Amino acid sequence: MDFLFYFGDVFTPFNFGLLILGTVFGLIFGATPGLSPTMTVALAIPFTFKLEPAAGLILLGALYTSTVAGGAVSAILLRIPGAPANIATTLDGNAMAKKGEGAKALQLSFLASLVGGLFGVFLLITLTKPLSEWALIFGPSELFWLAILGVTIIGSLDSKSLVKGLLSGCIGMWLATIGFDDMLGAQRFVFHPALGGGINIIAALIGLFAIPQVIAMFAGGRIDSAAEVIKVQKHKVTDAVKELWNRKRAAGIGTIVGSIIGLIPGVGGQIAGLVAYDQAKKFSSEKDKFGTGHSEGVIAAEAANNAMVGPSLVPLLTLSIPGSPTAAVLLGGLLIHGIFPGPDLFINHADVAWTFINSMLIGQILMCVFGIFVAGLAAKVAQVPKHVMAAIVLALAVFGSYSVQSSMSDVYVMATLGVMMYFLERFGFSAAPLVLGLILGPIAEENFAIGSMIANASDGLAPYFLTGRLNLILIAMVIASIVYSGWMEVRSRRYTSKEEIMQ
Amino acid sequence: MKKLLAGAAIGLMGLTTAAAADGHANYPDRPVMMVVSYGAGGATDFQARIVTMTAGNEDALGMPVAILNKPGAGGRVGWNWFATQADADGYTLSAYNVPHFIAQSIKGGVEYSTSSFEPIANWGADPAVFVVAADSDMNSMADVVAFAKENPGKLTFSGAGLFVGHHIAALQIEKAAGVKMAYIPTKGGGAAAMKAVIAGDVMGGVNNLSDAFRAAAAGSVKILGVADLERSEFLPDVPTMMEQGLEVDNASVNFRGIMVPKGTPQGVIDKLAETVPAMFENARVQKRMKAGGSPMHVMNRAEVQAMWAAREATLKELLAGL
Repeated sequence: MDFLFYFGDVFTPFNFGLLILGTVFGLIFGATPGLSPTMTVALAIPFTFKLEPAAGLILLGALYTSTVAGGAVSAILLRIPGAPANIATTLDGNAMAKKGEGAKALQLSFLASLVGGLFGVFLLITLTKPLSEWALIFGPSELFWLAILGVTIIGSLDSKSLVKGLLSGCIGMWLATIGFDDMLGAQRFVFHPALGGGINIIAALIGLFAIPQVIAMFAGGRIDSAAEVIKVQKHKVTDAVKELWNRKRAAGIGTIVGSIIGLIPGVGGQIAGLVAYDQAKKFSSEKDKFGTGHSEGVIAAEAANNAMVGPSLVPLLTLSIPGSPTAAVLLGGLLIHGIFPGPDLFINHADVAWTFINSMLIGQILMCVFGIFVAGLAAKVAQVPKHVMAAIVLALAVFGSYSVQSSMSDVYVMATLGVMMYFLERFGFSAAPLVLGLILGPIAEENFAIGSMIANASDGLAPYFLTGRLNLILIAMVIASIVYSGWMEVRSRRYTSKEEIMQ
Repeated sequence: MKKLLAGAAIGLMGLTTAAAADGHANYPDRPVMMVVSYGAGGATDFQARIVTMTAGNEDALGMPVAILNKPGAGGRVGWNWFATQADADGYTLSAYNVPHFIAQSIKGGVEYSTSSFEPIANWGADPAVFVVAADSDMNSMADVVAFAKENPGKLTFSGAGLFVGHHIAALQIEKAAGVKMAYIPTKGGGAAAMKAVIAGDVMGGVNNLSDAFRAAAAGSVKILGVADLERSEFLPDVPTMMEQGLEVDNASVNFRGIMVPKGTPQGVIDKLAETVPAMFENARVQKRMKAGGSPMHVMNRAEVQAMWAAREATLKELLAGL
């Protein structure tokens, strides 16, 4: 319980001021499309040059926690997921905002983030050692099967039919192959220099989610806009707390899935929200309501993406391996002060390490307080007339995709994918499985390639990929997931009728 | 109003001609941008931010340098952009990584070569080292070579991709020892390659000295050899490859520095070549780099030009068989 001893350091006026500053700016940056948590933390690094190590890390920790949560704001209100972590939040969150329940969705998302985030940081405090071993047992073969497990949920995620879900997943996986292959340097489907770097995931996210609705808004014209001004309902915070308590199963699933997946280096952060959403749906008694503005969807997704924050730092703090891009930036923040993470970190630099972790605990609470404070105001966005809204979202989409790496190429990619998605959506396809394909494709491919190289040098492909306890467990889960989806498909007869296609 | 505008336009023209006439003495009169071809948080990005942090001082450029990350495809995206689209006016600099960009240009498929760029100065040299997990039986390069001789093609070792310093070192080690080993290129830079070693996914690995130094301090890996001409001041106890009988020179050392596009005015290049090495020598920069475990190696423009030419010759020969 060392961490309690260092709590005082967080509450010195200067440090606490930094914490508040980091939280407020984190929420703002997180809500800005295109500024991912990694970017925000990287932008703040130069400011920490002049600060004491502990103070600098407080700023970075607060920014990290609150940008992840802040991403929910644009996901819910504008249907622009700021980072892969917020994809699942758009599915039900934006549907809620469209029904006028934006305030409720925001309050629930911040409360769920608080629950998940606190649990994640407590895991980091209490179970660092065993967790670091868990992070290491995922070798290439295990990561490959994990990615395949993710692929099996593609079909059931937010689509009108299994076949269409799988098809959009395939489109996503194909898109992921575009560009220079990082490993071997081969060029694939690069017809234009703009595609040399491949499809940037953030630009793709903005295009796939935001642009179809912009086109739909413009296509709707301005005649009917006056007729259906949405009434934004006020929502009491106490009611949100009650709602969260009633939906504790979704919050629990989100928290646990987020914590476990968040640990795995290189994979966790991106898919934690989507996997938690899918699991919450499978265990829910109101499966059919998911995707139509159901609070469980928001709760599970947001609990998961903040629960991942704490565990995602375990490989960095214990093994000196940055498990995610954001962790890599934080490593820079440590190194600049000559602090080397590793097993001795908590002995040699206990003050810095614990102050950092404590600031993330307090940061979660501040983030929730500030978030709920603005939720009521922010929800009024839904009252903006559609044609004005379309222009704002379009401007943000261009700004967001450009700012990822100051490149017009990303804007072209964003616009092209967006227009494509508009037509796909009209035929009942959905953006979420496509994005999941885009994220999982490279993970599966890379780990299969590396795994097969290792396997060919050692015992051969079959023994490498098909033996080992964790491999077998994952394969069993893949099979169970496929059988479950198939069974649900047959039971509910979700095949597509002609009328549905025409819709 | 029209008169005012015309006056302003004439004034501006006057300014630009004046700047050209006096050999760009006013350069730089606005902040300078520096492209880093790797993502935020990588070693190149981290070091670039430190070495440019004093750029705004009066004795340096007098203007701050802003870092712009253009990551992708092992650096190819950023350097392609820099070679083809960056303005050659001295306000767009780029960080270079040798041997990466030279090896990529030899391999082909990119729009740059050493003649597309003008070097300014070199700030760092990060040698490649051979690492094994802390619990490995291998304790020297001799053990590695002996294992590889008995089990041809079976010794798996990781590195950050193909045609980067790690890969060059791997090729050199195999060539020098006359053995065949299984080089496993990972995606996601040195961190992923290091994780593979620590987790036991592979038997060994080539990695950056700076990262390996940290991992060894954390007790996760053993460092068996340094692929450089001399021992590193960070690792005085670790012998070089040459000391262990492997003819591996410093061709794989990851040199980092600053360059500008071809066609940048000579006056600007001269000004930069004069001030930038002094900026790297700044005591605050040196202190931060040392604290972060990043080995510095300041070279001036002429030295870097010679180093690029030497590297290109070595790499052409080494990569000819691939």
